[in-house]
Amino acid sequence: MSDVHAQTVPFVRKSMLPEAEPPARQRGVPLWLRENLFSGWFNTILTILGAAAAIWLVASILPWMLRGVWNADSLRECRDIVIERYGEGVTGACWAMIRERWPQYIFGMYPQDIFWRPTLAFVLLLVAIAPVLYLSLPRKLLIFSALYPALAYWLLWGGTIWLPVMVLVGFALGWGALRLVLPRFGAIVATAVAVLVPVLWWGLLAGDAAQDLQGLVPLALRPVGSAAFGGFLLSFVLGVTGVSLSLPLGLLLSLGRRSDLPLIHYLCVGFIEFIRGVPLITLLFTASLLLNYFLPPNSDFDIILRVIIMVTLFAAAYIAEVIRGALAALPRGQYEAADALGLDYWKAQRLIILPQALKISIPGIVSTFIGLFKDTTLVVFIGLRDPLKGVTDMIRQTTAWKGIYWEPYIFVGALFFVICFSMSRYAMYLERKLERGH
Amino acid sequence: MTDQALHPDAPADAALHGDPAKMQISDEVAIRIAGMNKWYGSFHVLRDIDLTVHRGERIVICGPSGSGKSTLIRCINRLEEHQSGDIIVDGTELNSDLKNVDKIRSEVGMCFQHFNLFPHLTILENCTLAPIWVRKTPRKEAEETAMHFLRKVKIPEQADKYPGQLSGGQQQRVAIARSLCMRPRIMLFDEPTSALDPEMIKEVLDTMIELAEEGMTMLCVTHEMGFAQAVANRVIFMDQGQIVEQNEPHEFFRNPRSERTKLFLSQILGH
Ligand SMILES: Nc1ncnc2c1ncn2[C@@H]1O[C@H](COP(=O)(O)OP(=O)(O)OP(=O)(O)O)[C@@H](O)[C@H]1O
Ligand SMILES: [Mg+2]
Repeated sequence: MSDVHAQTVPFVRKSMLPEAEPPARQRGVPLWLRENLFSGWFNTILTILGAAAAIWLVASILPWMLRGVWNADSLRECRDIVIERYGEGVTGACWAMIRERWPQYIFGMYPQDIFWRPTLAFVLLLVAIAPVLYLSLPRKLLIFSALYPALAYWLLWGGTIWLPVMVLVGFALGWGALRLVLPRFGAIVATAVAVLVPVLWWGLLAGDAAQDLQGLVPLALRPVGSAAFGGFLLSFVLGVTGVSLSLPLGLLLSLGRRSDLPLIHYLCVGFIEFIRGVPLITLLFTASLLLNYFLPPNSDFDIILRVIIMVTLFAAAYIAEVIRGALAALPRGQYEAADALGLDYWKAQRLIILPQALKISIPGIVSTFIGLFKDTTLVVFIGLRDPLKGVTDMIRQTTAWKGIYWEPYIFVGALFFVICFSMSRYAMYLERKLERGH
Repeated sequence: MTDQALHPDAPADAALHGDPAKMQISDEVAIRIAGMNKWYGSFHVLRDIDLTVHRGERIVICGPSGSGKSTLIRCINRLEEHQSGDIIVDGTELNSDLKNVDKIRSEVGMCFQHFNLFPHLTILENCTLAPIWVRKTPRKEAEETAMHFLRKVKIPEQADKYPGQLSGGQQQRVAIARSLCMRPRIMLFDEPTSALDPEMIKEVLDTMIELAEEGMTMLCVTHEMGFAQAVANRVIFMDQGQIVEQNEPHEFFRNPRSERTKLFLSQILGH
């Protein structure tokens, strides 16, 4: 249709061309194959090697998994069944162990008759994080999210309900103090008072108040000690608390590191670099052993709480650096426009800078969270029962399952994969959702 | 830039219909800058600047790249800090007192070369943000004001889009509307059209001319000489951090007195 002389002689198009399909070789599966797998001799070799490796891997593992036995009381019995079915010298997985012992992988040594408490706490966790994760849900649900930590604490550890309530009261007091002092004495005094009032309340009065209230209105659950926690329950307690505390802390650290005030700047730099410079294990040992030297003797400072503090500090340092990178990537013009409109530092950060910086840092933050969640297995080294090794070792010590090796790792690994993969998919969803067309 | 807009001898572009004479200037002083100096490290960017701007005056600042034009107008709302001399805006002195700085910033609007809209907020939210958070205007009222100014810059239908979905010219008009929503008494423009394609320059200049006709006090760094001719009361020529020449536009373009000005004008108008 196009004129041969279009370039050389005056030319006017008389009719517009309709849209046409690309030729067969240029679309669909053949095109995809050619572009992605066989685009050159090097790529072709890689494709073939890759496919061979994948096939070999599946071929050597899958039969073993499929031959697995689900109904048996011990490893020995498992093996006998496999031999009976498939003949001498053949091996197969022993899934029966997981079938029998999964409660321990999930709940650790938590008393069996009250499994409903952690289960309920988990279901409520889903309710509590839903409005945080999905912005389209009604914002009123966030009230429940704010109360959830106290509720979960009560469900998991039991004891009187008045203790977590009194802790919440401390936050309310701090908030009230802030509202009262802020208009009269300015931000610095108000912040100090808002921190001091709840700390004094928790330190001096909250305990007694809880006891008195318990005397008046007894409302308590059977207490469960931290030593009973284990398996994925422990990982979740550490992971979820660590994640929700390390994000705000990391945010403040990243702002502090960019601060013009030398004291704040160097404090933050020192903290971040120190934490990033030592292995997490060191911090965990510090939590389990060293802290005892600094704390008053006989003080009963919960081991899980100590670990949470360390894990939070650890993740916060990494998150601070991720966010700092995003802050540095924002154009200076954004700060200037905020200044020019008369927004003060905190408003500019909250309304202009952080929403954009956090969006840029989503992949980095989620990577840190995934790392944090997996790192919770390291608590095995300070004697807590993580799902990977802690619980597995405990089960291996029984005569029935002595010598079992791959099955627990595959099971725990699969669960970790599902959880971490969901986190990363959620991050991708969030990124797409926040896309604003540039 | 079109040839016509650049060339002072050509009759002003049809769109540039303003007539400087019919716009009122009062005796009231809007900005007074006296003996102001600024350094970047040891580099003396602004040297002994004296400038008084009356209410309703429209001033165009031009000069070669690096002459300190941006720095000068950025000192007026303290995006940059000056080291000596006085800057008094609307009777408030700019010093390290943050209250004064905040007060001046909320009275002075500014438009940037690269618009600097907030990409994560819609056009409407861009316009209502500062009124709501700085002026404590109720949301409803802020939205009405925003729509009023968006109509004024002729893009009310874009209110729910994001800046990334608009053309450069539209973005710059939103930026102007965003500033106007704070009801500023003075507007600063730093090369508002130099990142734009020719056909978009006109729509932005039209908006600015309209603003000038309403008596807004304006300081504008620009090389749009047609615009200067049409609306400016005064053109200031800067070089090496100093005010080299200032005059009313007609005289400035017809009879530049300093050699530097002549050279500069011949360069930007020459071809
Ligand atoms: N933050 C800074 N630190 C050091 N020097 C700077 C800084 N900002 C600007 N300068 C220098 O100050 C001088 C004046 O800069 P300014 O941006 O005011 O020039 P300008 O007249 O606006 O130029 P242009 O027409 O290119 O925008 C330039 O030489 C520039 O290199
Ligand atoms: Mg400039």
